[in-house]
Amino acid sequence: MSAVIQNLVNQPYKHGFVTDIESDVVAKGLGEDVIRLISAKKGEPEWLLQFRLSAFRHWLTMTEPTWPNVRYPKIDFQSISYYSAPKAREKLSSMDEVDPELLRTFEKLGVPMNERAALAGVAVDVIFDSVSVATTFRKKLAEAGVIFCSFSEAVKDHPELVRKYLGSVVPTGDNFYAALNSAVFTDGSFCFIPKGVRCPMELSTYFRINTQESGQFERTLIVAEEGAQVSYLEGCTAPKFDTNQLHAAVVELVALDNAEIKYSTVQNWYAGDSEGKGGIYNFVTKRGLCKGVNSKISWTQVETGSAITWKYPSCVLQGDNSVGEFYSVALTNHHQQADTGTKMIHIGRNTRSKIISKGISAGVSNNSYRGLVKIGAKAEGARNFSQCDSMLIGSKCGANTFPYIQVNNSTAKVEHEASTSKIGEDQLFYFASRGIGAEDAVSMIINGFVQDVFVQLPMEFAVEATKLLGLKLEGSVG
Amino acid sequence: MIRPNASVMLEVRDLTAKIEDRTILKGIHFTVRAGEVHAIMGPNGSGKSTFAKVLAGHPAYEVMRGEVLFEGKNLLSLTPEERARAGVFLGFQYPVEVPGVSNSSFLRLAYNTIQSARALEELDPLEFDDFVREKMKSLEMDPAFLERSVNAGFSGGEKKRNEILQMSLLAPRLAILDETDSGLDIDALRVVARGVNKLHTPEMGLVLVTHYQRLLNYIEPDYVHVMEGGRIIKTGDKSLALELEARGYDWVATESKGKAAA
Repeated sequence: MSAVIQNLVNQPYKHGFVTDIESDVVAKGLGEDVIRLISAKKGEPEWLLQFRLSAFRHWLTMTEPTWPNVRYPKIDFQSISYYSAPKAREKLSSMDEVDPELLRTFEKLGVPMNERAALAGVAVDVIFDSVSVATTFRKKLAEAGVIFCSFSEAVKDHPELVRKYLGSVVPTGDNFYAALNSAVFTDGSFCFIPKGVRCPMELSTYFRINTQESGQFERTLIVAEEGAQVSYLEGCTAPKFDTNQLHAAVVELVALDNAEIKYSTVQNWYAGDSEGKGGIYNFVTKRGLCKGVNSKISWTQVETGSAITWKYPSCVLQGDNSVGEFYSVALTNHHQQADTGTKMIHIGRNTRSKIISKGISAGVSNNSYRGLVKIGAKAEGARNFSQCDSMLIGSKCGANTFPYIQVNNSTAKVEHEASTSKIGEDQLFYFASRGIGAEDAVSMIINGFVQDVFVQLPMEFAVEATKLLGLKLEGSVG
Repeated sequence: MIRPNASVMLEVRDLTAKIEDRTILKGIHFTVRAGEVHAIMGPNGSGKSTFAKVLAGHPAYEVMRGEVLFEGKNLLSLTPEERARAGVFLGFQYPVEVPGVSNSSFLRLAYNTIQSARALEELDPLEFDDFVREKMKSLEMDPAFLERSVNAGFSGGEKKRNEILQMSLLAPRLAILDETDSGLDIDALRVVARGVNKLHTPEMGLVLVTHYQRLLNYIEPDYVHVMEGGRIIKTGDKSLALELEARGYDWVATESKGKAAA
């Protein structure tokens, strides 16, 4: 491939810096003692400790999945520190009390939290390493009856809700990394929208990995009761490190009758350098349960970071007439590897699902779509439409599509479309012969390619995501 | 029109170029004055399309020798996009498909890029929409093409009309049309030719690369050149095209070899 394209896609990671905040880090290694220590440090109730321990015992019997189309050296789970929290300090009542160093970190990321919160009407539950240090807009949300807080706070303040729903979508023994997360998760977000409430603002969490070599095990639980509606935004970016960092989050969504949850992610974790050194291992389990009739869960993800991505945001369509959607843009460059997609499990009658996946591969990266559409025996009239498109930039990268379709009901209708295209010299020359330089050409082609997904993003996020793709693919053109 | 006193727009001297290890152009000499229409004809593989692409700066070809002056400037030192901004337009033999990019946004970006290079006013999407629809009317193009992806799923004729539409938007100083007639039925050919004739001003140089004479029934050339083996081996007026149509290309090559031997 031409040097021009190589230059275009070789933009260094712009968020590489380390914030100097003292962290309280537990010694490396994992055993029941470490789990008891984490639970004790967080002052957790006995049932939660038992939840962790049962998950850990299950995890010990499991082996790492080897079926994903990714390659990496074996992870030594005993060389990871399983807990890291900024030193305990007084509870904060306003943004002014937040550590200025932390605020500066957000400034560098281009996400001035307070300004963003005020201007965009977004409540930001700030996750810094594993413990929440500030929550904004909570009061306004509380007036509407919405609970939006850190997971630890939820355990203290709303234990009955957490206990009822935790593990109800992703059981502790669901898979290797979900079991690990269930054993050692440190914090995350909790969101509860009561019956009939439409959440008055979009909820947003910025995740950030900060302490070197501290594994990150976030836990997110979102529950929308009957007729409730919420749109949740998750944005990620991490500082630059040489050693790999493991991230194994679990996100559970529960939608009761007529409820609607929209979950959007823009992920830009450190992907490693252009030689493939360093970068985040992103092994995430995200699943939504459309438990009630007419409920709807919609996942939108823009995955641009991480050295390795292993992630399948899924929908279990249990309620009759429930709807699951998955919109994805996954971009890999240099040595990045992604194996990502979704699972749509149709259980109820007349359930519908839609999958739109756009994979972009550049450099020597490898990008796989893996998706399962399963129609259960009782899912009369179930329907699915899947579209998986791949775009290759250059000739040394790879794109793969692994669709799995299992239909156990003859009234179901399942459609799958796939395409592969390539940004080649001829396309760039065509643009050039009309006066359009390579950088603008690539950006226009990519924006056109991802449009079907980006229209699903909340507006501010769409702008951010467009910039991010630009950042990843534009660069110094000769 | 032949304009011996007009300024020289394009001067090609001894142009030699290769792709990978194959030398395709073997010393081309070629001059275009403002307002002139030149037809370059020749059998398949003679190097006509390569010549067009090299002038536009296709990166797959390497110029080994010779020079190209465009309005006195060294064209070979410019990138393809700089050549386009300087006023060189290539109408593609096989216009490239760009799925996902709407034709209207592509056309507008191209138009505004060229306008900005000329320090002229750029158009916002609404203004551009009016402007481009007017242009499409004269080419008898359905406005529905604006909403479709660039060239994706267009028929051969539709692609060629889209090329001429771009030529009309970008108003080049020098237009090189590579096999614009191929893939067109007779009605489409007439529409496209009428469009080109309308666009051709006394300031514009026009180079038609074509395999067949029929395009030249509609766009009258001032000069007809025959290419063979990477060289221009014969130059004449429009009657040469008719002779080629009647007798084929072989006799020109034979005659040229005879001359070389003499």
